[in-house]
Amino acid sequence: MSIWEYANPVKFMRTSGAILPWAAGAAAICTTGGLLWGFLTPEDYKQGSTVKIVFLHVPAAMMAINIWVMMLAASLIWLIRRHHVSALAAKAAAPVGAVMTLIALATGAVWGQPMWGTWWEWDPRLTSFLILLLFYIGYMALWSAIDDPDSAADLTGVLCLVGSVFAILSRYAVLFWNQGLHQGASLSVAPGERMSAVYRYPLYLTMLGFFLLFLTLLLIRTRTEIRRRRLAALQAREMRA
Amino acid sequence: MIELGKYAGTVLAAYGVSLALLAGLVWQSIVANARARRDLERQEKNG
Amino acid sequence: MIALLKRDLALAVRAGGGFGLGVAFFLILCALVPFGVGPETSALRPIAPGILWVGALLSCLLSLDRIFALDHEDGSLDLLATAPIPLEGAVAVKALAHWVTTGLPLIAAAPLFGILLHLPGQAVPWLIASLLIGTPALSMLGAFGAAITVGLRRGGLLLSLLVLPLYIPTLIFGTEIVRRGMEQGSTATPLLFLAGITAGVLALVPFAAAAALRVNLR
Repeated sequence: MSIWEYANPVKFMRTSGAILPWAAGAAAICTTGGLLWGFLTPEDYKQGSTVKIVFLHVPAAMMAINIWVMMLAASLIWLIRRHHVSALAAKAAAPVGAVMTLIALATGAVWGQPMWGTWWEWDPRLTSFLILLLFYIGYMALWSAIDDPDSAADLTGVLCLVGSVFAILSRYAVLFWNQGLHQGASLSVAPGERMSAVYRYPLYLTMLGFFLLFLTLLLIRTRTEIRRRRLAALQAREMRA
Repeated sequence: MIELGKYAGTVLAAYGVSLALLAGLVWQSIVANARARRDLERQEKNG
Repeated sequence: MIALLKRDLALAVRAGGGFGLGVAFFLILCALVPFGVGPETSALRPIAPGILWVGALLSCLLSLDRIFALDHEDGSLDLLATAPIPLEGAVAVKALAHWVTTGLPLIAAAPLFGILLHLPGQAVPWLIASLLIGTPALSMLGAFGAAITVGLRRGGLLLSLLVLPLYIPTLIFGTEIVRRGMEQGSTATPLLFLAGITAGVLALVPFAAAAALRVNLR
Protein backbone atom coordinates (compact mmCIF):
# COMPACT_ATOMS: atom_id res chain seq x y z
CA MET A 1 0.00 0.00 0.00
CA SER A 2 1.61 3.20 -1.10
CA ILE A 3 0.41 6.61 -2.12
CA TRP A 4 1.18 5.82 -5.77
CA GLU A 5 -1.77 3.44 -5.87
CA TYR A 6 -3.95 6.51 -6.34
CA ALA A 7 -2.15 7.17 -9.59
CA ASN A 8 -4.30 4.38 -11.00
CA PRO A 9 -7.32 6.18 -12.52
CA VAL A 10 -9.80 3.44 -11.59
CA LYS A 11 -8.63 3.41 -8.00
CA PHE A 12 -8.66 7.20 -7.96
CA MET A 13 -12.21 7.33 -9.28
CA ARG A 14 -13.41 4.88 -6.64
CA THR A 15 -11.67 6.57 -3.72
CA SER A 16 -12.48 10.10 -4.78
CA GLY A 17 -16.10 9.14 -5.31
CA ALA A 18 -16.22 7.91 -1.72
CA ILE A 19 -14.49 11.00 -0.30
CA LEU A 20 -16.36 13.55 -2.39
CA PRO A 21 -19.70 13.81 -0.49
CA TRP A 22 -17.87 14.17 2.84
CA ALA A 23 -15.46 16.77 1.50
CA ALA A 24 -18.29 18.71 -0.12
CA GLY A 25 -20.37 18.64 3.08
CA ALA A 26 -17.46 19.70 5.27
CA ALA A 27 -16.52 22.46 2.83
CA ALA A 28 -20.09 23.79 2.80
CA ILE A 29 -20.35 23.74 6.60
CA CYS A 30 -16.95 25.34 7.25
CA THR A 31 -17.22 27.99 4.56
CA THR A 32 -20.76 29.13 5.30
CA GLY A 33 -20.26 28.73 9.05
CA GLY A 34 -17.00 30.68 9.00
CA LEU A 35 -18.40 33.44 6.81
CA LEU A 36 -21.56 33.77 8.94
CA TRP A 37 -19.49 33.84 12.13
CA GLY A 38 -17.22 36.39 10.51
CA PHE A 39 -20.24 38.47 9.57
CA LEU A 40 -21.35 38.60 13.19
CA THR A 41 -18.00 39.84 14.53
CA PRO A 42 -17.94 43.33 16.06
CA GLU A 43 -16.66 46.30 14.09
CA ASP A 44 -13.02 47.25 14.21
CA TYR A 45 -12.47 50.66 15.81
CA LYS A 46 -10.37 51.82 12.86
CA GLN A 47 -11.74 49.97 9.85
CA GLY A 48 -15.40 49.78 10.81
CA SER A 49 -17.38 46.96 9.27
CA THR A 50 -14.92 46.56 6.37
CA VAL A 51 -12.90 44.26 8.59
CA LYS A 52 -15.43 41.57 7.68
CA ILE A 53 -13.89 41.41 4.20
CA VAL A 54 -10.84 39.76 5.72
CA PHE A 55 -12.74 36.48 5.97
CA LEU A 56 -12.86 36.30 2.18
CA HIS A 57 -9.68 38.14 1.31
CA VAL A 58 -7.12 36.23 3.37
CA PRO A 59 -8.35 32.65 2.69
CA ALA A 60 -8.62 33.39 -1.05
CA ALA A 61 -5.12 34.87 -1.16
CA MET A 62 -3.73 31.94 0.80
CA MET A 63 -5.34 29.43 -1.53
CA ALA A 64 -4.23 31.36 -4.63
CA ILE A 65 -0.61 30.79 -3.67
CA ASN A 66 -1.05 27.29 -2.27
CA ILE A 67 -2.88 26.07 -5.37
CA TRP A 68 0.04 27.16 -7.52
CA VAL A 69 2.40 25.24 -5.23
CA MET A 70 0.13 22.21 -5.51
CA MET A 71 0.18 22.54 -9.33
CA LEU A 72 3.98 22.70 -9.19
CA ALA A 73 4.12 19.52 -7.09
CA ALA A 74 1.64 17.74 -9.40
CA SER A 75 3.59 18.84 -12.48
CA LEU A 76 6.82 17.54 -10.97
CA ILE A 77 5.19 14.20 -10.18
CA TRP A 78 3.94 14.00 -13.77
CA LEU A 79 7.30 14.93 -15.29
CA ILE A 80 9.23 12.50 -13.09
CA ARG A 81 6.86 9.57 -12.59
CA ARG A 82 4.42 9.97 -15.52
CA HIS A 83 1.22 9.48 -13.54
CA HIS A 84 -1.64 10.76 -15.67
CA VAL A 85 -3.88 11.55 -12.73
CA SER A 86 -1.24 13.94 -11.45
CA ALA A 87 -1.12 15.91 -14.69
CA LEU A 88 -4.91 16.03 -14.84
CA ALA A 89 -5.08 17.23 -11.23
CA ALA A 90 -2.72 20.11 -12.10
CA LYS A 91 -4.96 20.99 -15.04
CA ALA A 92 -8.06 20.77 -12.85
CA ALA A 93 -6.58 23.00 -10.17
CA ALA A 94 -5.63 25.92 -12.41
CA PRO A 95 -9.11 27.49 -12.90
CA VAL A 96 -9.78 27.21 -9.16
CA GLY A 97 -6.50 29.00 -8.46
CA ALA A 98 -7.30 31.69 -11.00
CA VAL A 99 -10.70 32.34 -9.41
CA MET A 100 -9.09 32.50 -5.94
CA THR A 101 -6.60 35.07 -7.25
CA LEU A 102 -9.47 37.04 -8.77
CA ILE A 103 -11.38 36.99 -5.47
CA ALA A 104 -8.31 38.16 -3.56
CA LEU A 105 -7.80 41.00 -6.06
CA ALA A 106 -11.48 41.97 -6.19
CA THR A 107 -12.05 42.00 -2.44
CA GLY A 108 -8.76 43.85 -2.04
CA ALA A 109 -9.86 46.50 -4.53
CA VAL A 110 -13.24 46.96 -2.87
CA TRP A 111 -11.58 47.14 0.52
CA GLY A 112 -8.83 49.48 -0.61
CA GLN A 113 -11.33 52.02 -1.87
CA PRO A 114 -12.51 53.29 1.56
CA MET A 115 -9.30 52.44 3.47
CA TRP A 116 -6.60 53.72 1.14
CA GLY A 117 -8.81 55.93 -1.00
CA THR A 118 -8.01 54.01 -4.17
CA TRP A 119 -9.20 50.88 -5.95
CA TRP A 120 -5.76 49.93 -7.08
CA GLU A 121 -2.31 50.68 -5.85
CA TRP A 122 0.94 49.42 -7.39
CA ASP A 123 1.85 47.88 -4.11
CA PRO A 124 4.21 44.87 -4.11
CA ARG A 125 1.60 42.44 -2.82
CA LEU A 126 -1.10 43.61 -5.20
CA THR A 127 1.28 43.61 -8.13
CA SER A 128 2.53 40.13 -7.31
CA PHE A 129 -1.03 38.85 -7.33
CA LEU A 130 -1.67 40.46 -10.68
CA ILE A 131 1.42 38.71 -12.02
CA LEU A 132 0.25 35.44 -10.48
CA LEU A 133 -3.07 35.89 -12.30
CA LEU A 134 -1.16 36.35 -15.57
CA PHE A 135 0.70 33.09 -14.93
CA TYR A 136 -2.57 31.26 -14.25
CA ILE A 137 -4.06 32.63 -17.47
CA GLY A 138 -1.02 31.67 -19.53
CA TYR A 139 -1.01 28.18 -18.01
CA MET A 140 -4.68 27.59 -18.79
CA ALA A 141 -4.32 29.03 -22.29
CA LEU A 142 -1.47 26.65 -23.02
CA TRP A 143 -3.51 23.65 -21.83
CA SER A 144 -6.39 24.56 -24.10
CA ALA A 145 -4.16 25.29 -27.10
CA ILE A 146 -2.48 21.88 -27.44
CA ASP A 147 -4.44 18.96 -28.87
CA ASP A 148 -2.28 16.00 -27.86
CA PRO A 149 -2.97 15.42 -24.14
CA ASP A 150 0.47 14.05 -23.25
CA SER A 151 2.35 16.87 -24.99
CA ALA A 152 0.03 19.36 -23.31
CA ALA A 153 0.78 17.85 -19.92
CA ASP A 154 4.53 17.92 -20.59
CA LEU A 155 4.65 21.47 -21.90
CA THR A 156 2.41 22.93 -19.21
CA GLY A 157 4.50 21.07 -16.64
CA VAL A 158 7.68 22.71 -17.93
CA LEU A 159 5.91 26.07 -18.06
CA CYS A 160 4.76 25.62 -14.46
CA LEU A 161 8.35 24.96 -13.37
CA VAL A 162 9.80 27.99 -15.16
CA GLY A 163 6.78 30.08 -14.16
CA SER A 164 7.26 29.24 -10.48
CA VAL A 165 10.84 30.46 -10.56
CA PHE A 166 9.80 33.67 -12.26
CA ALA A 167 6.80 34.20 -10.01
CA ILE A 168 9.14 34.19 -7.01
CA LEU A 169 11.67 36.32 -8.85
CA SER A 170 8.97 38.84 -9.75
CA ARG A 171 7.80 38.91 -6.15
CA TYR A 172 11.20 40.18 -4.99
CA ALA A 173 11.84 42.35 -8.04
CA VAL A 174 8.53 44.10 -7.35
CA LEU A 175 9.54 44.61 -3.74
CA PHE A 176 12.63 46.40 -4.98
CA TRP A 177 10.57 48.48 -7.38
CA ASN A 178 7.99 49.92 -5.01
CA GLN A 179 7.39 49.87 -1.29
CA GLY A 180 3.73 49.48 -0.54
CA LEU A 181 0.72 50.35 1.53
CA HIS A 182 -0.32 46.81 2.26
CA GLN A 183 0.01 45.60 5.82
CA GLY A 184 2.20 42.66 6.78
CA ALA A 185 1.07 39.11 7.30
CA SER A 186 -2.35 39.00 8.99
CA LEU A 187 -1.56 35.97 11.09
CA SER A 188 1.89 37.04 12.23
CA VAL A 189 2.76 35.62 15.64
CA ALA A 190 4.61 38.75 16.72
CA PRO A 191 2.74 40.37 19.63
CA GLY A 192 1.04 43.62 18.79
CA GLU A 193 0.71 42.76 15.12
CA ARG A 194 -1.50 39.80 15.77
CA MET A 195 -5.22 40.04 15.14
CA SER A 196 -7.57 39.87 18.07
CA ALA A 197 -8.97 36.43 18.81
CA VAL A 198 -12.47 37.68 17.96
CA TYR A 199 -11.40 37.81 14.32
CA ARG A 200 -8.78 35.09 14.38
CA TYR A 201 -10.99 32.07 15.07
CA PRO A 202 -13.61 32.72 12.39
CA LEU A 203 -10.70 33.39 10.04
CA TYR A 204 -9.18 29.99 10.80
CA LEU A 205 -12.56 28.42 10.10
CA THR A 206 -12.96 30.13 6.72
CA MET A 207 -9.39 29.18 5.80
CA LEU A 208 -10.23 25.56 6.55
CA GLY A 209 -13.46 26.00 4.60
CA PHE A 210 -11.69 27.40 1.55
CA PHE A 211 -9.17 24.59 1.67
CA LEU A 212 -11.96 21.99 1.78
CA LEU A 213 -13.76 23.83 -0.99
CA PHE A 214 -10.63 23.62 -3.11
CA LEU A 215 -10.30 19.91 -2.30
CA THR A 216 -13.91 19.29 -3.34
CA LEU A 217 -13.58 21.23 -6.58
CA LEU A 218 -10.24 19.58 -7.32
CA LEU A 219 -11.76 16.11 -6.94
CA ILE A 220 -14.78 16.99 -9.08
CA ARG A 221 -12.69 18.57 -11.82
CA THR A 222 -10.10 15.81 -11.84
CA ARG A 223 -12.89 13.25 -12.17
CA THR A 224 -14.25 15.30 -15.09
CA GLU A 225 -10.86 15.26 -16.77
CA ILE A 226 -10.42 11.51 -16.26
CA ARG A 227 -13.86 10.86 -17.77
CA ARG A 228 -13.09 13.10 -20.72
CA ARG A 229 -9.81 11.31 -21.27
CA ARG A 230 -11.52 7.93 -21.17
CA LEU A 231 -14.21 9.13 -23.53
CA ALA A 232 -11.58 10.32 -25.99
CA ALA A 233 -9.78 6.98 -25.74
CA LEU A 234 -13.01 5.06 -26.39
CA GLN A 235 -13.86 7.25 -29.36
CA ALA A 236 -10.38 6.80 -30.77
CA ARG A 237 -10.73 3.02 -30.46
CA GLU A 238 -14.10 3.14 -32.22
CA MET A 239 -12.61 5.16 -35.06
CA ARG A 240 -9.93 2.56 -35.58
CA ALA A 241 -12.36 -0.36 -35.47
CA MET B 1 -30.23 42.53 10.75
CA ILE B 2 -26.59 43.24 11.36
CA GLU B 3 -25.63 46.89 11.36
CA LEU B 4 -22.84 47.49 8.82
CA GLY B 5 -22.56 51.24 9.29
CA LYS B 6 -21.31 53.53 6.60
CA TYR B 7 -19.31 50.79 4.88
CA ALA B 8 -22.32 48.58 4.15
CA GLY B 9 -21.94 48.97 0.39
CA THR B 10 -18.26 48.05 0.51
CA VAL B 11 -18.74 44.92 2.59
CA LEU B 12 -21.76 43.73 0.64
CA ALA B 13 -20.01 44.34 -2.69
CA ALA B 14 -16.97 42.32 -1.59
CA TYR B 15 -19.15 39.43 -0.41
CA GLY B 16 -21.35 39.64 -3.48
CA VAL B 17 -18.51 39.55 -5.99
CA SER B 18 -16.67 36.75 -4.19
CA LEU B 19 -19.69 34.55 -3.66
CA ALA B 20 -20.78 35.08 -7.27
CA LEU B 21 -17.34 34.02 -8.51
CA LEU B 22 -17.31 30.97 -6.25
CA ALA B 23 -20.84 30.01 -7.22
CA GLY B 24 -19.93 30.30 -10.89
CA LEU B 25 -16.90 28.09 -10.42
CA VAL B 26 -18.83 25.44 -8.48
CA TRP B 27 -21.66 25.49 -11.01
CA GLN B 28 -19.28 25.17 -13.95
CA SER B 29 -17.43 22.28 -12.28
CA ILE B 30 -20.63 20.37 -11.58
CA VAL B 31 -22.13 20.92 -15.02
CA ALA B 32 -18.91 19.91 -16.79
CA ASN B 33 -18.67 16.81 -14.63
CA ALA B 34 -22.27 15.82 -15.30
CA ARG B 35 -21.78 16.28 -19.02
CA ALA B 36 -18.59 14.21 -19.02
CA ARG B 37 -20.32 11.44 -17.12
CA ARG B 38 -23.32 11.45 -19.45
CA ASP B 39 -21.18 11.36 -22.60
CA LEU B 40 -19.02 8.58 -21.17
CA GLU B 41 -22.01 6.46 -20.19
CA ARG B 42 -23.57 6.87 -23.64
CA GLN B 43 -20.30 5.91 -25.29
CA GLU B 44 -19.85 2.85 -23.06
CA LYS B 45 -23.41 1.66 -23.74
CA ASN B 46 -23.05 2.00 -27.49
CA GLY B 47 -19.50 0.72 -27.81
CA MET C 1 27.66 25.15 -33.40
CA ILE C 2 29.47 28.00 -35.05
CA ALA C 3 28.26 26.67 -38.39
CA LEU C 4 24.70 26.74 -37.04
CA LEU C 5 25.15 30.33 -35.88
CA LYS C 6 26.50 31.36 -39.30
CA ARG C 7 23.62 29.62 -41.04
CA ASP C 8 21.00 31.30 -38.86
CA LEU C 9 22.58 34.71 -39.30
CA ALA C 10 22.83 34.26 -43.06
CA LEU C 11 19.20 33.18 -43.24
CA ALA C 12 18.09 36.18 -41.20
CA VAL C 13 20.04 38.61 -43.38
CA ARG C 14 18.96 37.11 -46.69
CA ALA C 15 15.34 36.76 -45.73
CA GLY C 16 15.39 40.51 -45.16
CA GLY C 17 12.68 42.23 -43.21
CA GLY C 18 13.53 40.54 -39.94
CA PHE C 19 16.41 42.90 -39.35
CA GLY C 20 14.73 46.20 -39.97
CA LEU C 21 11.24 45.26 -38.86
CA GLY C 22 11.94 45.16 -35.15
CA VAL C 23 13.72 48.50 -35.22
CA ALA C 24 10.99 50.05 -37.35
CA PHE C 25 8.38 48.87 -34.87
CA PHE C 26 10.47 50.33 -32.05
CA LEU C 27 10.61 53.67 -33.91
CA ILE C 28 6.86 53.74 -34.44
CA LEU C 29 6.24 52.96 -30.81
CA CYS C 30 8.54 55.77 -29.66
CA ALA C 31 6.89 58.14 -32.14
CA LEU C 32 3.38 57.22 -31.00
CA VAL C 33 3.95 57.84 -27.31
CA PRO C 34 4.30 61.65 -27.60
CA PHE C 35 0.98 61.72 -29.47
CA GLY C 36 -0.54 59.97 -26.51
CA VAL C 37 0.98 61.90 -23.63
CA GLY C 38 1.78 65.26 -25.21
CA PRO C 39 5.00 66.77 -26.55
CA GLU C 40 6.22 68.57 -23.40
CA THR C 41 9.67 67.64 -22.16
CA SER C 42 8.36 67.57 -18.61
CA ALA C 43 5.85 64.89 -19.59
CA LEU C 44 8.16 62.80 -21.73
CA ARG C 45 11.39 62.82 -19.78
CA PRO C 46 10.21 60.94 -16.66
CA ILE C 47 8.67 58.13 -18.71
CA ALA C 48 11.42 57.90 -21.37
CA PRO C 49 13.33 55.01 -19.69
CA GLY C 50 10.15 53.01 -19.32
CA ILE C 51 9.01 53.63 -22.89
CA LEU C 52 12.40 52.69 -24.30
CA TRP C 53 12.54 49.47 -22.30
CA VAL C 54 8.94 48.45 -23.00
CA GLY C 55 9.52 49.29 -26.67
CA ALA C 56 12.63 47.11 -26.78
CA LEU C 57 10.71 44.33 -25.10
CA LEU C 58 7.83 44.43 -27.57
CA SER C 59 10.08 44.71 -30.61
CA CYS C 60 11.98 41.70 -29.33
CA LEU C 61 8.69 39.83 -29.05
CA LEU C 62 7.82 40.43 -32.70
CA SER C 63 10.39 38.09 -34.17
CA LEU C 64 10.35 35.40 -31.49
CA ASP C 65 8.09 32.92 -33.23
CA ARG C 66 10.52 32.80 -36.15
CA ILE C 67 13.27 31.32 -33.97
CA PHE C 68 11.98 27.80 -34.49
CA ALA C 69 8.91 28.07 -36.74
CA LEU C 70 10.68 28.02 -40.13
CA ASP C 71 13.03 25.22 -39.11
CA HIS C 72 10.06 23.26 -37.78
CA GLU C 73 8.21 23.62 -41.09
CA ASP C 74 11.01 22.43 -43.37
CA GLY C 75 12.14 19.70 -40.98
CA SER C 76 15.62 21.00 -40.23
CA LEU C 77 14.64 21.14 -36.58
CA ASP C 78 14.35 17.35 -36.55
CA LEU C 79 17.83 17.16 -38.08
CA LEU C 80 19.11 19.46 -35.35
CA ALA C 81 17.57 17.26 -32.69
CA THR C 82 19.37 14.21 -34.05
CA ALA C 83 22.62 16.08 -34.71
CA PRO C 84 25.69 15.27 -32.57
CA ILE C 85 25.54 18.62 -30.76
CA PRO C 86 23.26 18.68 -27.69
CA LEU C 87 19.88 20.26 -28.29
CA GLU C 88 20.47 22.60 -25.35
CA GLY C 89 23.46 24.02 -27.22
CA ALA C 90 21.48 24.36 -30.42
CA VAL C 91 18.78 26.26 -28.53
CA ALA C 92 21.36 28.60 -27.02
CA VAL C 93 22.86 29.26 -30.44
CA LYS C 94 19.42 29.96 -31.87
CA ALA C 95 18.78 32.45 -29.07
CA LEU C 96 22.16 34.04 -29.71
CA ALA C 97 21.34 34.42 -33.40
CA HIS C 98 18.04 36.03 -32.44
CA TRP C 99 19.85 38.40 -30.12
CA VAL C 100 22.39 39.39 -32.78
CA THR C 101 19.70 40.06 -35.39
CA THR C 102 17.13 41.70 -33.09
CA GLY C 103 18.74 42.73 -29.82
CA LEU C 104 21.85 44.41 -31.21
CA PRO C 105 20.03 46.64 -33.73
CA LEU C 106 17.64 47.67 -30.97
CA ILE C 107 20.53 48.60 -28.70
CA ALA C 108 22.12 50.61 -31.49
CA ALA C 109 18.86 52.42 -32.21
CA ALA C 110 17.78 53.03 -28.62
CA PRO C 111 19.97 56.14 -27.97
CA LEU C 112 18.62 57.77 -31.15
CA PHE C 113 15.04 57.12 -30.11
CA GLY C 114 15.98 58.39 -26.66
CA ILE C 115 16.51 61.80 -28.26
CA LEU C 116 12.91 61.70 -29.51
CA LEU C 117 11.74 61.19 -25.94
CA HIS C 118 14.08 63.83 -24.46
CA LEU C 119 16.15 61.31 -22.59
CA PRO C 120 18.98 63.33 -20.98
CA GLY C 121 22.52 62.64 -22.19
CA GLN C 122 23.88 61.31 -18.94
CA ALA C 123 21.35 58.45 -19.04
CA VAL C 124 22.40 57.21 -22.49
CA PRO C 125 25.39 55.11 -21.33
CA TRP C 126 23.19 53.50 -18.71
CA LEU C 127 20.50 52.81 -21.32
CA ILE C 128 23.03 51.05 -23.56
CA ALA C 129 24.56 49.16 -20.64
CA SER C 130 21.22 47.99 -19.27
CA LEU C 131 20.02 46.87 -22.71
CA LEU C 132 23.31 45.08 -23.39
CA ILE C 133 22.99 43.16 -20.14
CA GLY C 134 19.23 42.63 -20.23
CA THR C 135 18.33 41.76 -23.84
CA PRO C 136 20.20 38.41 -23.95
CA ALA C 137 17.82 37.22 -21.23
CA LEU C 138 14.88 38.43 -23.35
CA SER C 139 16.08 36.40 -26.34
CA MET C 140 16.70 33.29 -24.26
CA LEU C 141 13.30 33.45 -22.54
CA GLY C 142 11.76 34.10 -25.93
CA ALA C 143 13.44 30.98 -27.28
CA PHE C 144 11.84 29.06 -24.42
CA GLY C 145 8.40 30.45 -25.29
CA ALA C 146 8.98 29.71 -28.98
CA ALA C 147 10.02 26.16 -28.14
CA ILE C 148 6.79 25.60 -26.22
CA THR C 149 4.52 27.00 -28.93
CA VAL C 150 6.42 25.78 -32.00
CA GLY C 151 3.88 23.24 -33.23
CA LEU C 152 0.77 25.33 -32.62
CA ARG C 153 -1.48 27.14 -34.99
CA ARG C 154 -1.98 30.70 -33.79
CA GLY C 155 1.02 30.19 -31.56
CA GLY C 156 2.08 33.82 -31.87
CA LEU C 157 -0.57 35.25 -29.58
CA LEU C 158 -0.09 32.52 -26.99
CA LEU C 159 3.65 33.09 -27.19
CA SER C 160 3.30 36.70 -26.07
CA LEU C 161 0.93 35.69 -23.27
CA LEU C 162 3.45 33.16 -21.99
CA VAL C 163 6.63 35.16 -22.46
CA LEU C 164 5.67 38.65 -21.31
CA PRO C 165 5.12 37.76 -17.63
CA LEU C 166 8.59 36.19 -17.66
CA TYR C 167 10.01 39.53 -18.82
CA ILE C 168 8.80 41.42 -15.75
CA PRO C 169 11.92 41.13 -13.54
CA THR C 170 14.22 42.12 -16.40
CA LEU C 171 12.01 45.10 -17.22
CA ILE C 172 11.89 46.28 -13.61
CA PHE C 173 15.65 46.27 -13.12
CA GLY C 174 16.38 47.54 -16.64
CA THR C 175 14.26 50.68 -16.29
CA GLU C 176 15.49 51.18 -12.73
CA ILE C 177 19.08 51.38 -14.00
CA VAL C 178 18.20 54.00 -16.61
CA ARG C 179 16.08 56.01 -14.18
CA ARG C 180 18.80 56.10 -11.57
CA GLY C 181 21.34 56.94 -14.26
CA MET C 182 19.11 59.83 -15.34
CA GLU C 183 18.96 61.13 -11.77
CA GLN C 184 22.69 60.57 -11.27
CA GLY C 185 21.93 58.04 -8.53
CA SER C 186 23.70 54.84 -7.62
CA THR C 187 23.06 52.18 -10.28
CA ALA C 188 25.16 49.36 -8.84
CA THR C 189 22.36 47.41 -7.13
CA PRO C 190 19.89 47.08 -10.03
CA LEU C 191 22.81 46.49 -12.39
CA LEU C 192 23.96 43.53 -10.33
CA PHE C 193 20.41 42.17 -10.06
CA LEU C 194 19.90 42.48 -13.81
CA ALA C 195 23.21 40.75 -14.52
CA GLY C 196 22.28 38.02 -12.06
CA ILE C 197 18.94 37.39 -13.75
CA THR C 198 20.54 37.27 -17.20
CA ALA C 199 23.27 34.89 -16.02
CA GLY C 200 20.71 32.61 -14.37
CA VAL C 201 18.47 32.64 -17.43
CA LEU C 202 21.33 31.88 -19.81
CA ALA C 203 22.51 29.02 -17.62
CA LEU C 204 19.19 27.31 -16.90
CA VAL C 205 16.55 28.16 -19.51
CA PRO C 206 18.27 26.31 -22.42
CA PHE C 207 17.51 23.05 -20.59
CA ALA C 208 13.83 23.92 -20.20
CA ALA C 209 13.62 25.07 -23.83
CA ALA C 210 15.31 21.92 -25.10
CA ALA C 211 12.95 19.77 -23.02
CA ALA C 212 9.97 21.58 -24.54
CA LEU C 213 11.40 21.14 -28.06
CA ARG C 214 11.87 17.40 -27.51
CA VAL C 215 8.22 17.12 -26.49
CA ASN C 216 7.12 18.99 -29.58
CA LEU C 217 9.27 16.86 -31.90
CA ARG C 218 8.02 13.60 -30.42
